[in-house]
Amino acid sequence: MPRFIDWAPVFTGVVLSLSTPAQAGAPFPGVGRAATPAEIRAWDIDVRPDFKGLPRGSGSVAKGEKVWDTRCASCHGTFGESNEVFTPLVGGTTRADIETGRVAALTRPDVTRTTLMKLASLSTLWDYVNRAMPWDAPKSLTTEEVYAVVAYLLYLGDILPADFVLSDRNIGEVQKLLPNRNGTTREHGLWDVRGKPDVKNTACMRDCETHVTMASVFPDRARGSHGDLAQQNRLVGPVRGNGDTAASTAASRDTSAELAKRNGCLACHGVDKRIVGPAFRDISAKYKGERDVVNQLVAKMKQGGSGVWGSLPMPPQPGLAEADAQSLIRWVLAQ
Amino acid sequence: MSPVVRAGRLRGAPEHFLDAGQIADVQSGRREFLRSAFVAAAAAAATKATAAGAGDPAILELPEHSKALGQPVAARGYGLPSQFEKNLQRRESPGLTRVSGASVSFTPLQGLFGIITPSGLHFERHHQGWWDVDPNRHRLMVMGLVRQARVYTMDDLMRLPAVSRMHFIECGANTGMEWGNVAVPTVQYTHGMLSCCEFTGVLLSTLLDHCGFDRARGKYVLAEGADGSGMTRTIAIDRALDDVMVAWAMNGEMLRPENGYPLRLVAPGMQGVSWVKWLRRIKVGDQPFGAKDEVLHYVDLMPDGKLRQYASIQECKSVITSPSGGQTLLDKGSYNVTGLAWSGRGRVKRVDVSFDGGRNWRTARIEPPVLSKCLVRFNIAWQWDGGPAILQSRAIDDTGYVQPKINQLREVRGTRSVYHNNAIQSWKVDPSGEVTNAQVY
Repeated sequence: MPRFIDWAPVFTGVVLSLSTPAQAGAPFPGVGRAATPAEIRAWDIDVRPDFKGLPRGSGSVAKGEKVWDTRCASCHGTFGESNEVFTPLVGGTTRADIETGRVAALTRPDVTRTTLMKLASLSTLWDYVNRAMPWDAPKSLTTEEVYAVVAYLLYLGDILPADFVLSDRNIGEVQKLLPNRNGTTREHGLWDVRGKPDVKNTACMRDCETHVTMASVFPDRARGSHGDLAQQNRLVGPVRGNGDTAASTAASRDTSAELAKRNGCLACHGVDKRIVGPAFRDISAKYKGERDVVNQLVAKMKQGGSGVWGSLPMPPQPGLAEADAQSLIRWVLAQ
Repeated sequence: MSPVVRAGRLRGAPEHFLDAGQIADVQSGRREFLRSAFVAAAAAAATKATAAGAGDPAILELPEHSKALGQPVAARGYGLPSQFEKNLQRRESPGLTRVSGASVSFTPLQGLFGIITPSGLHFERHHQGWWDVDPNRHRLMVMGLVRQARVYTMDDLMRLPAVSRMHFIECGANTGMEWGNVAVPTVQYTHGMLSCCEFTGVLLSTLLDHCGFDRARGKYVLAEGADGSGMTRTIAIDRALDDVMVAWAMNGEMLRPENGYPLRLVAPGMQGVSWVKWLRRIKVGDQPFGAKDEVLHYVDLMPDGKLRQYASIQECKSVITSPSGGQTLLDKGSYNVTGLAWSGRGRVKRVDVSFDGGRNWRTARIEPPVLSKCLVRFNIAWQWDGGPAILQSRAIDDTGYVQPKINQLREVRGTRSVYHNNAIQSWKVDPSGEVTNAQVY
């Protein structure tokens, strides 16, 4: 009897899978399920170059300026020109480029490439802002805010006038103004696995034609640039890393620097450079020597706040262990 | 302190690296002096007096680990490398990026063996930081031009027919800092956006079939990540149906969080950014999707100002990993010159090595296995006579393509394309034994 009972569910299973041969997924019964329309809507956010996927809506340059100043400017600069945290978004395009659809400055090695210099499809910028911006709070902008920020960026790039309202209805016309809309190509061998290579070498084995001139060599003055190479190589084997005494002091500070990295401090603070928040060196210069400074700063760090270094708030860090917080502050003050 | 030496070799100082004096000795050609002086030095340093000339104290004096009880099983529930291996770490290249949440850490190729990258040393590239995602809350949706849009849990996916494949992954920007001039000192920074692992998962074609994708109209798929950057890349349908995988495992265990735990795309031969991590969605479409990291970033700038979009394939490339830049050869004589070769178009057929800056070449030994779109390890014997040398390797894949020289690449693509620099790498060896990154052609 037990054997018979064991067989029953197996038999049922066979009947079920045979009875639904037309259903998608028939080869793997029980694996996965149909997505609901609401689920598809929630995740189907991509916008294609033909604007398929673009939600209805609009946003003005004026509104974009407001969003920009509060949500974007701290990383990208007031005019989208900043090269401090990320590469610049705006600059390097001209009226003439808008006419031709080719950014002339892309041939100039002295010009830093900006987003607007490279951008060929407006959908890409819309989709980028919508899915990934602001950098530390992606997907937090409303559809109107995304339209507005895109419009404002194009205004900063002298592509749209100050009173423009970008919408799903006029975005196709704005696309025709992009300075680099004709500046890209897919005619190359790296798109397809069977693509034709554009560079050729031959497998010469003896007395090959070569200049054997030293075109470029790692400069002596850059020796310390990547730390102590002796500490980046195995301690045993046929070679050792080249030692560099200048870098060894930096290594001794590693533990607290690691702590700062692990806790995400370095996403907003540079050691000697302001990023979103103040440089650690500036904090040190301001507070070092004050009474009870370590405990004061630990409290400040854990609670967060704003005002001392600008209006951008520092988020509270309640999860930080007391001991780690103490070593972090001591390390900051040592900068 | 005075150098402590043992038979035939310089020995690391207590800090585990050669001190400045020792390096100076090596560089001034005093190796022979140091070698002949080992017995006296060793005797002076030994805790127990050993008769001078009797031999190596490492043999004559039994160490602690030969005379006492070692550690028990499971002392470390998850094993770790030896304490003596801590120098081999993923590292950032200072000045390359400005925020560590949108940065890259490089694999220490100078110290690795064989072709498999240890999971903890796999290079990292994140656009908006990494997450340790709860696998029970992770979902994959397959939708677009399909008969039935479907949702899969990790439980679902891991019931499907699994495949295990070894493939390399290389960032399109690997070696990108070297287009103009030599810029970084070691192979970790020139080539370390490269890793190779065994991946386990389900073929993407299995999932596309399962959802009944539209074979007539479906020309491209979009892969999308669940992280803040919502990484998206277009994959052509013939690639998607060939060897692309949806993988959950790497090197026998689940993916590491930094590599997309619990689910990532494995897009063999294609640049790393296509290997979407924390994969949440696959969409089938009839046109390329124009995502930011295929038409705006990760585009190759040509001398005429045109930007190459959708540049995906990592062409055939190789590099000698030891000896390599930033290292010092400890002595004249025999060396095993070793390195890695790979091709995004198929198998590596041959690797040649030159010791005179590319004038003459010898074919290296390739270690099996030789797999498609996977690293291969090559080795070749070298007798270093103490003179200057320039080491290069050159790989050829099964399409007959020969890895180019940097000047050949520049003639076509200029110096500002950033991505897809697969040039022959030169390492200059000085009579001092010091190896330096150089460009020679």
